[in-house]
Amino acid sequence: MASDGLFRTGPRAASGSHPVVALAGNPNTGKSTVFNALTGLAQHTGNWPGKTVRTAWGTARHRGRLYTLVDLPGTYSLLAGSAEEEVASDFLCHGRPDATVVVADATALERNLNLVLQVLEVTGKVVVLLNLIDEARRKGYDIDVGVLAEGLGVPVVPAVARDGRGLPELMDTVAALCDGSLVTHPRPVVYPPDVEESLRRLEARLAGRLPRGAPLRWLAVRALCGDARVLRLLAGPAPPPGSPAPAGPAPPPGSPLPSPGFSPVVRPRPAVSRTSPETKRSAGP
Amino acid sequence: MTRTADADRIVAALYERAGTLHRTAVTRRVPGRDLTPVIDSILSSPLTGFPLMLLTLGLVIWVTVAGANYPSEVLARAFQAGERVLAAALSAVGAPAWAGGFLLDGVYRGLAWVIAVMLPPMAIFFPCFTLLEDLGYLPRIAFSLDAVFKKVGACGRQALTMGMGLGCNAAGVVSCRIIDSPRERMTAILTNVFTVCNGRFPALITLAAVFAGGAGAGRSAAGGGAAAALVVTAVVLTGAVVTLAVSWLLSRTLLRGAPSFFVLELPPFRRPRLGQVLVRSVLDRTLFVLGRAVTVAAPAGGLVWVLANTSVGGSTLLAHLAGWLGPAGAALGLDGFILAAFVLGLPANEIVLPILLMSYLSTGAMVEVGSLEALGSILAANGWTGLTALCFMLFSLLHWPCATTLLTIRKETMSARWTAAAALLPTAVAAVVCAAVAAAGRLLGVG
Amino acid sequence: MPSPGSVPLHLLPPGAAAKVVGMEAGGPKRRRLLDLGFVPGAVVEVVRRSPFGDPTAYAIKGSVIALRREDAAGILVRGDV
Ligand SMILES: Nc1nc2c(ncn2[C@@H]2O[C@H](COP(=O)(O)OP(=O)(O)O)[C@@H](O)[C@H]2O)c(=O)[nH]1
Ligand SMILES: [Mg+2]
Repeated sequence: MASDGLFRTGPRAASGSHPVVALAGNPNTGKSTVFNALTGLAQHTGNWPGKTVRTAWGTARHRGRLYTLVDLPGTYSLLAGSAEEEVASDFLCHGRPDATVVVADATALERNLNLVLQVLEVTGKVVVLLNLIDEARRKGYDIDVGVLAEGLGVPVVPAVARDGRGLPELMDTVAALCDGSLVTHPRPVVYPPDVEESLRRLEARLAGRLPRGAPLRWLAVRALCGDARVLRLLAGPAPPPGSPAPAGPAPPPGSPLPSPGFSPVVRPRPAVSRTSPETKRSAGP
Repeated sequence: MTRTADADRIVAALYERAGTLHRTAVTRRVPGRDLTPVIDSILSSPLTGFPLMLLTLGLVIWVTVAGANYPSEVLARAFQAGERVLAAALSAVGAPAWAGGFLLDGVYRGLAWVIAVMLPPMAIFFPCFTLLEDLGYLPRIAFSLDAVFKKVGACGRQALTMGMGLGCNAAGVVSCRIIDSPRERMTAILTNVFTVCNGRFPALITLAAVFAGGAGAGRSAAGGGAAAALVVTAVVLTGAVVTLAVSWLLSRTLLRGAPSFFVLELPPFRRPRLGQVLVRSVLDRTLFVLGRAVTVAAPAGGLVWVLANTSVGGSTLLAHLAGWLGPAGAALGLDGFILAAFVLGLPANEIVLPILLMSYLSTGAMVEVGSLEALGSILAANGWTGLTALCFMLFSLLHWPCATTLLTIRKETMSARWTAAAALLPTAVAAVVCAAVAAAGRLLGVG
Repeated sequence: MPSPGSVPLHLLPPGAAAKVVGMEAGGPKRRRLLDLGFVPGAVVEVVRRSPFGDPTAYAIKGSVIALRREDAAGILVRGDV
């Protein structure tokens, strides 16, 4: 279970030609609710963390196009390495989804952002679905979606998944990500200089051992955190110099450092304010 | 050392950024009223927490037992009418007698029994359970009981996996992935079968209604329902106690080790949406489980009919099997036919009682789908006493997992040996408990 | 790492609030606690104990997390919020 993860090509082939959209997020944030609403399937939902322990697949239709949706088990982190959480982390890393929706709990935003930021290290094709807006409002939180989107460099869609609110907007954004009409400029975290230095060295060593397109920086982060599988890979023999790296799909999204002239491409979504009047779009406090 | 330091600084950097984003994007107003702490203080109080837990369990079971009775009879009557129509149709097309016997007495009655007996309790129990689940009660149970699980060397999250097992043990086994420690996960997998699954609930409910509820003995439905519910609740609680005892035993023998780390998030209570709960639990869960039962019951009904109608050396195959299992059955407070029904019911627990009824009928056909009184008199005619019913319920609670669950255990543990353990361990427990209860019962003269 | 005046989290009574100042737990436990938000500077509040007195529920970064006594003991806090 632990050793086969790093080189798996992922279930991409199985999905035919539909874009693959992963649903990730902390436990109990509404991922399966979103999945069920969009696919018409009936994944187990309920108000407790840990219901979904197996990945579920389904097909969603949006504006005449089909998408393969993947409901992942909830995870607090991509670094923790517990058996249940590894499923999600492996899929994002090696399943190469065309888009990843991180379903975030608006009532515990800071902890959810911790995961969003980790996902941004793996892939830049991310939409944050800010779910449970109804509960957040009841708890007295006002969340400025625009500021959040700008800070992350990826689109943020507010939603009340249980009532289906925000889901059409989510799929519009996902569609745009998949067909390339929406390009994100993710702003992953910058670590202290010496950590960044270690990461660069590790990335260089990993580059020779992995197919092109592997999320090198993320794997370097995992190595630095002591991830046994990545360390084993590093300890193994390096490929002979000059042997061409196997061809991979796209280059890893998200440059290691944010470009200075950053401006996030967040398409205006007028529907956003309609679906959640409680979310103000003006500047923060 | 440096690795820990690096990892820490990476998390710190992630959280620092998350915190900054949070501060710039979120403003806090005065929050609305939040009932979660109020409910929690009641549910987690040493005074009210556990009584409420027991009361909830008992109430759900009572509603199920009392509510299932009437629809069951309506369904049974509908199936009887259907059988007459089918029989007429078969004779009209000139089908041979054996075909009519196989199709009607075997397959059709097998199906009819499973649906008439299983559908109503499931259609009541699942929505009730889903309601509690959507409310957020499950993690509170795990929170309240973790200390007990820790005492027996297990994890409080095992309470959640038991909750899943209430629906289906196979699902319960898969849900054990939420337990991080491999040792505690294995404990949870091996003991999940002690949680009564919906495949066994109907038989328990039916027998409790017949023997404790005094169905047909002129007692009021509500009073009888309460007594029967009490019995079923006691059986469920016995399962929980056995789970703890076996977990304790495992943690001192096969699965030795110290309790590991426990974290559990307690989500806020959420108002369940009634319509959604009803639709989802009836359509998704009830019909799904029923579909599985039906696909197994139809062929099993046919097989049992064949066994009960094929004679070798003067008696039927089923009688041979029952005769061979007789001594073991008697030692467990059961009889050979009961044990044979449990063996033949390996594919799905739902069909144990229908198989048994079919075996008891001298004609070799399952008894006509009918009322609880009819059932009671058939059982009594075959020598059942209250003690037999008690031993049946205990054996049903404690015996080997169904085939689906065993296959799931095989997949989850990736070990044939642990799968064998998962089958043998409960079987041994069931044998010991039933033998002890039967012996004690006979000693006291209740048998 | 243990700074002066810090106490392990499990010693705080229900209702008390404090700031996380350090972490003594190691391995996967450390990782998990950090991911849940028990990072230095975070404010943690003791919400309630379970009926048997253990585990205890803590409010941290907008959610409520239950921890056993010995696990909470690995988190160092200081009571000046
Ligand atoms: N109030 C509210 N509850 C929601 C919302 N989305 C999901 N839920 C509830 O949150 C709980 C967890 O949802 P689920 O989809 O199972 O979460 P998952 O663990 O991420 O798959 C369920 O009880 C849902 O009914 C929402 O937008 N508002
Ligand atoms: Mg889920």
